[in-house]
Amino acid sequence: MSVALPEPPRRTAAAWVGSGIRDWLPAAAVFAGFLAFWELLVVVFQIKQFILPGPLAIAAAWRAELPALWSATTYTVTEILAGLAIGVTAGILAGVLTARFVALRESLMPFAIAANSVPILAFAPIFNNWFGIANPLSKAMIAAVLCFFPVMINTVRGLISVQPAALELMRSYAAGEMEVFRRVRVPNALPFVFTALRLATTLATIGAVVGEYFGAPKVSLGQYVATSFGYLSVENAWAAIVFTAAIGITLYLLVVLLERLVMPWYTAQAQVT
Amino acid sequence: MTGAPVVELVGVSKRFGGTAGAVDALSGIDLRIDRGDFVSLIGPSGCGKSTLLRIVGDLIAPTTGNVTVNGKPAARARLDRDYGMVFQVPVLFDWRTVQKNVELPLEIIGSPKSERAAKASAMLALVELSAFAGHRPWQLSGGMQQRVAIARALALDPAILLMDEPFGALDEMTRERMNIELLRIWQRTGTTVIFVTHSIPEAVFLSTRVAVMSARPGRITHLIDIDLPRERNVETRETERYFELVTEVREALRAGEAPVGDGGPASARVRAEGIAG
Repeated sequence: MSVALPEPPRRTAAAWVGSGIRDWLPAAAVFAGFLAFWELLVVVFQIKQFILPGPLAIAAAWRAELPALWSATTYTVTEILAGLAIGVTAGILAGVLTARFVALRESLMPFAIAANSVPILAFAPIFNNWFGIANPLSKAMIAAVLCFFPVMINTVRGLISVQPAALELMRSYAAGEMEVFRRVRVPNALPFVFTALRLATTLATIGAVVGEYFGAPKVSLGQYVATSFGYLSVENAWAAIVFTAAIGITLYLLVVLLERLVMPWYTAQAQVT
Repeated sequence: MTGAPVVELVGVSKRFGGTAGAVDALSGIDLRIDRGDFVSLIGPSGCGKSTLLRIVGDLIAPTTGNVTVNGKPAARARLDRDYGMVFQVPVLFDWRTVQKNVELPLEIIGSPKSERAAKASAMLALVELSAFAGHRPWQLSGGMQQRVAIARALALDPAILLMDEPFGALDEMTRERMNIELLRIWQRTGTTVIFVTHSIPEAVFLSTRVAVMSARPGRITHLIDIDLPRERNVETRETERYFELVTEVREALRAGEAPVGDGGPASARVRAEGIAG
């Protein structure tokens, strides 16, 4: 039986970077065009600085405020990372337990759904109250609560949605439940969990920054934005918003990178099929 | 072939309970399969042939009756890893290479690394896929994937190979090639095979015996000995005897379809039991 097959994808680092640039070029061009349009809009319609500053004004504020912004960013990133660690760990653990014990799934799910429906607006004051306004843990916990649900749901789905024939195969080999878990369920769940992780990075960023809005040390992005708006230095607030977006994007890309390292088979398959 | 049977089914029946009432999937199944036999189960959809295969493999428990495999209860045989299973879908894991997929059962029984690699390589050579050991399953065609599944099923040298419509999803050309492949592998390994299929030509071409089943409740209505020479090839499909046997199986299937109450299936069952006993 002879079938023409693609060689398993093996690309050099240079080729990888090269194709990376090709892939990103359109996006970069669109972004540059967007910035130019924005600046043009502000100039042509003479939009007031406190309504919408132009990209050039924001860039200037960015340069001037860099030290303050940088320390605020490190503070907030710490909260985000701690929140991610807590929320993702708890979500995966809860997912594993609820996938394994059906009774637990039915009793725990209403609580998880309830927790997911409570808005951050309600959580933020409660956690500030519990853990202290100055304690980064209060913001980390808000981030964690936001991450928890998608991670848990996706873990459960990944562990459960195994081909029935795969389970029959393992049973025919008299494989124990741990074997099935390790060799079938966990690898099957990985793509689901990574999808949740991508979502979690964004949610954790939102959770931490919004949480800071309700009270946090001055050296945090949320408070920086709040005070900047208070003093009508809107371009400073926008500079901080750019930082926040950068955090979200960086974390997202880190997850994508981790995904390629942990499941090379999945990425390669997605590229071919 | 004489001696103790590899598989012996006595009075096996299966009833599936349901909210809409119970369904008799199988009833009064007696079957004896000798070492080295290649037995096909053929019948219309819903005749319980896949269920019967799963009962032999201890994936489903029968409602009544006894299943003995290698002289022991089916459950014991499964724990002893006497079975190799091939399903209609290949069930290969994308996170493993072809080689590692074949090594899976060897990993489960905890055989040492070097032994695993050697055995898996030998099995891949048997299905003539050595060149693809490093590939991922999704890089292979459907027929090749199914050959990997066969290599995996044979990795533990099982006493019996259970195949549930393994070539059902393949196109006709590939299916015929796979049939010849499977015969070659069967002759090389001497494994006993139970093979579920919809295809009359496939059943006749592969088997030493064909068990024809009828539906509702599923029972074996005819057991047809396929007295073609054991060495079979493309020309076998063009011989007079092959056509006669295909016709015989087709007529047996048609007899099984006859409406309940005309005595057709019942009298046929007596005949089947006569042969089986």
